[in-house]
Amino acid sequence: MEKTARMRTRKPINWPDMAFNAVNYTLLTILLIITIYPFYYIFIYSISDSFQAQSGVFLWPAGFSLESYRATLQLNGLQEAALVSVLRTIIGTLLTVVCCSFFAYLITKREMPMRKLIYRFVLITMYFNAGFIPWYLTMKAYGLQNNFLLYVLPSAISGFNIILIKTFIEQLPPALEESAKIDGAGYFTIFTRVIFPLSTPIIATIAVFAALGQWNTWFDNFFLVENPNLQTLQLVLYNFLNQSNSISSMSAAELTNSAEVRTMTPQSIQMTITMLVTLPIVIVYPMLQRFFVKGIMMGAVKG
Amino acid sequence: MEITYKKGEVAQTKKRKIHADGIKLLLMTLPFIVFVIAFSYVPLFGWAYAFFDYRPGIPLSQTDFVGMEHFREMLHDRDMLRVMINTLALSLLSILAAPLPLVLAIMISEVRNGFFKRLIQTTTTLPNYISWIIVFSLAFSMFSSEGAINTIIARLGLSDTPLNVLGNPEHVWLVQTLLLIWKTIGWNAIIYLAAIVGIDGEQYDAAKIDGAGRFHSIVHITIPNIMPTFIVLLLLAVSNLLSAGFEQYLVFNNIMVADKIEVLDLYVYRLGLVTNDYPYSTAVGMFKSVISIILLFMINSLSKRVRGESII
Repeated sequence: MEKTARMRTRKPINWPDMAFNAVNYTLLTILLIITIYPFYYIFIYSISDSFQAQSGVFLWPAGFSLESYRATLQLNGLQEAALVSVLRTIIGTLLTVVCCSFFAYLITKREMPMRKLIYRFVLITMYFNAGFIPWYLTMKAYGLQNNFLLYVLPSAISGFNIILIKTFIEQLPPALEESAKIDGAGYFTIFTRVIFPLSTPIIATIAVFAALGQWNTWFDNFFLVENPNLQTLQLVLYNFLNQSNSISSMSAAELTNSAEVRTMTPQSIQMTITMLVTLPIVIVYPMLQRFFVKGIMMGAVKG
Repeated sequence: MEITYKKGEVAQTKKRKIHADGIKLLLMTLPFIVFVIAFSYVPLFGWAYAFFDYRPGIPLSQTDFVGMEHFREMLHDRDMLRVMINTLALSLLSILAAPLPLVLAIMISEVRNGFFKRLIQTTTTLPNYISWIIVFSLAFSMFSSEGAINTIIARLGLSDTPLNVLGNPEHVWLVQTLLLIWKTIGWNAIIYLAAIVGIDGEQYDAAKIDGAGRFHSIVHITIPNIMPTFIVLLLLAVSNLLSAGFEQYLVFNNIMVADKIEVLDLYVYRLGLVTNDYPYSTAVGMFKSVISIILLFMINSLSKRVRGESII
């Protein structure tokens, strides 16, 4: 009796709930716009007609032209930089995946002496950092200055990846490995034929982590590589921004010596380079999201 | 007799085999260990520079040992004081912003519409995956004198002088903190969202039966349940007090804001590569590393004592 009465009075309209929803949806929509608009803006700017865009672009492209893409791709060194970025992403990711997974597998083997000690030795590296000048001088001493290997070697082994893979391998059923061992397989064969294929979920997560890191990293390039043939896409964008930032009155034609660019404003070029650097991330984004969320959860469980 | 003898032999060969396997494993591990030493431990020897009167070009062995001289220098360095204030201010502002991802996670979890929920979750995470250079390029397109914001202001006739967001020394700390929030809020919210999903649904049902509204449920169920996660992340942020984002401030540095944006890491870089003062730069970097490690261990033991759980 009493219950039905209460139900009847509460059911029709729940004002606090409505108000909560209204405020909640409004705030989230504002956040959505703040997050997405800058990306949208550079997109519509990059496909606008360069000179029409100068008088303002807001919601729709001003005229339509892919001329800025054609001009940007002909900028000095841009194609080479794109190649370097792609190469460092592919090679760096492969190296990280192979090194970290094999190393982590070896650490899971109980018959290895000093196993715990080695594991700790690797993990501690996550918590200290020698600092900028020691890092700089060491890389120089190794001959990595102006060297492509600088991009891919130092990141090959990471304590965090080792934790993730080791924890994953340890929860695989040991029987699988045992049977391979009885068949006379050595460690390397067991790793390549049994462990590695079974670890695909975690390997994929780490590969995605590593690829994103490689694509986005630029400070090694910034500090240690001057060779124009080894510039990454990120640094090309940075240099371009800095030039147009300090000399904003300069036209794109003066910034580059390519005749093709003379018809473009520096803004158009800047938007287009930004699009080119962002596009690969947006394309693989759904995959990133899935693996990253998985990775962060696994990291939270920690081994 | 015969049996025991055989048994012993078997045990012995097995032991020997394990031994051989162990050596084989160690040999396979060796290249990786050398690698870790080369890239993580060898740079530590660079700390030696902090104790010598080193000048680039002269071998370290021919320079004078000066002991703690460069560390004492820090105490009288006016720049160092300014840089420390910048670092602490920017770190503290980001710590103050730490509850925002938590609030966002609660807001997202209260959305009933599945499509909108996924939309907001995926879009707010996107900025986390782009480099600071791209963030700079986006910010530049928005806020420069020819950028979107100033064009809108000029169009609407709100103001004659363009708004100077990225070159304003008075607001640089706030602007940088807002940019940091923009980049990281969605990503940080994911951890809280996972914690919220993990909360036992029966708690909410019970509260509903007791007549608790949504606001009550949030305050009395959601927040207490994700508090431990919040505290762990907050403690980690505190231990990173001196590591205010190097890449962000390097990219957003310009002549107008240089004095207010120069954090410890930037100062180390400027001392080292711009003025070529390797020893002093190394000393400042070393000071930072040591303080950070001490902070981390202090906070970890504090967390162990209070929560019975370590955070690292």
